[in-house]
Amino acid sequence: MRLVTPALVVYLMADDGVADLAAAAVEAGATAIELGIPYSDPLADGPTIQRAGQRALDAGMTPSRALAVLAEIDRRVDVPLIPMTYGAIVEAYGVERFCADAAAAGAEGLIVADIPPEESAPLRDAAGGAGIDLIHLVAPTSREERLRAAAGLSRGFVYLVASMGTTGARERLDDRLAGLIGRTKAAAGATPVIAGFGISRPEHVRAVLAAGGDGVIVASAAIDALDEGGAEGFATFVRSLAGALA
Amino acid sequence: MIGTHQPDSLGRFGAFGGRFVPETVMAALDELQAAVNEALADPAFHAERDALARDFIGRPTPLYYAERLSEAVGGAQIWLKREDLNHTGAHKINNAVGQALIARRLGKRRIVAETGAGQHGVAAATVCARFGLDAVVYMGLEDTRRQRPNVVRMHMLGAELVPVTAGAGTLKDAMNEAIRDWIASVETTHYMIGSAAGPHPYPLLVRELQAVIGDEARAQLLDRAGRLPDAVLACVGGGSNAIGMFHAFRDDDVRLIGVEAGGDGAQLHAATLGGGRVSILHGSRSYVLADGEGQVLETHSISAGLDYPGVGPEHAHLKETGRAEYVPETDEAALVAFHRLCRLEGIIPALESAHALARAERVAASLPPAAIVLVCLSGRGDKDVDAIADREAVR
Repeated sequence: MRLVTPALVVYLMADDGVADLAAAAVEAGATAIELGIPYSDPLADGPTIQRAGQRALDAGMTPSRALAVLAEIDRRVDVPLIPMTYGAIVEAYGVERFCADAAAAGAEGLIVADIPPEESAPLRDAAGGAGIDLIHLVAPTSREERLRAAAGLSRGFVYLVASMGTTGARERLDDRLAGLIGRTKAAAGATPVIAGFGISRPEHVRAVLAAGGDGVIVASAAIDALDEGGAEGFATFVRSLAGALA
Repeated sequence: MIGTHQPDSLGRFGAFGGRFVPETVMAALDELQAAVNEALADPAFHAERDALARDFIGRPTPLYYAERLSEAVGGAQIWLKREDLNHTGAHKINNAVGQALIARRLGKRRIVAETGAGQHGVAAATVCARFGLDAVVYMGLEDTRRQRPNVVRMHMLGAELVPVTAGAGTLKDAMNEAIRDWIASVETTHYMIGSAAGPHPYPLLVRELQAVIGDEARAQLLDRAGRLPDAVLACVGGGSNAIGMFHAFRDDDVRLIGVEAGGDGAQLHAATLGGGRVSILHGSRSYVLADGEGQVLETHSISAGLDYPGVGPEHAHLKETGRAEYVPETDEAALVAFHRLCRLEGIIPALESAHALARAERVAASLPPAAIVLVCLSGRGDKDVDAIADREAVR
């Protein structure tokens, strides 16, 4: 994937009108867009993304429509697009067909939150065949061998879980963050390491970069900013994190 | 003690099972698996578990020949494995005691659990009181209403009960929240799953802890009747009492029949193996009641313990291989069977178990008097009497 580092990946839930927000995010400094495809039972997600996903489902969002939204975003911005969803959604769609259709819609990467390396072989093959990067995750609890496996299998970047728990804005990141970034960088070689889960403040961005990370993913905090301050509040928030990249 | 029906190294029973969870909890599953392997190989673990089974749970539970029910049905003999007579009123305590011992080996002092009917929640609260652990139980809001007596019991036992408002406020939603809690607290917390579902090694662990049901029943029946049963029946929500009952009979020439919640008999049900498709839910691959896009569907059953859109992966494998049959019984049929057991045998069954009874009556009616039908009476119905009284007063 054409990931510019240091990276600021902004997550948006697939919903009508989200292409405008994606354009605003890139304008404000986002270097990639992660697009959530809603699932009824998102185990890795906290309240903010659960609510956003439920709103999208209630409004009739489907995986096919979400890929159409992705294509619309692709026409508006020129940064890597990364759909994020769960195994049940990808498998119901058909793993190979999903990867092919996502690639055709402009996806350069793919994150599936509940498919660990042990279970990801079919997805890796399908993603590789479609020319998109399958991203694996490492967590503060990952031991050395798991960390090496996830880092070794990741394409595009390694997604480093920066705090324990589900997605959601937090005041503090995990105390082990710097050490985890160091260990992951050592295992990942040239593949960038991007931290997400809990990232919500400019100082978080600076802490990740200072520890050697290649960028951040911001999800719940961006949606919170949107819910509280509308499109303007959202852009202001993204700009504040982008400012911390420099 | 582990039989030949083993999952592979990735926790798969045939095409089902595995681990489909966020990376954050993967290390804890490895740790749990190691602790389980150690415990199962440790005579001290079994000795402590056996002593607790005898003195705390009240095992072995009786095997009871339901003579008047058999006579009324007019066919095979119906025998009941009386898990309703366990301490706390259901089979769930078998698993909770074993997992509490495992949690202690892991050095974890906080327990999270999900509950539907409240029987697993009560069992978890009970063992946490007994072992001095902190219990946090997630229960759907709708279930807290329809299983009120169990809510009161959990409070009295000192558990923190968290009502879950997401979705329909039933077992699936409670399980989502328990897993989310565990993702955040995994380093200090053991997830005491109540069913033979979830990521590996839970389906295997819960089966091993519930296998005592079938082991006892098989020996008791051989002793009393001098023969094996023709059919063994159990209700299936997630499937823990059923897998515990079936496991002992896996290599016998005996029909294994799992009874799912048929709900209203039409669109609203929780018959996952009967009406579902292969997907991923709560950490494992199995049958799931989901739509064509993978979204999980709302379910309905009069029985909170069966009102669940997933099912344990080993049941999916038993269905796929044809070793077990899975059939539905409706809310109405369960209620009829409930009342019949009350009136004919002086036993008030749980609504979950009443589904198995309803099918057992049909199976028995089709067999000659020399035949034997063995039913897991998985729990007692004290928790259900208020809801049934309300429902029937309305009519």
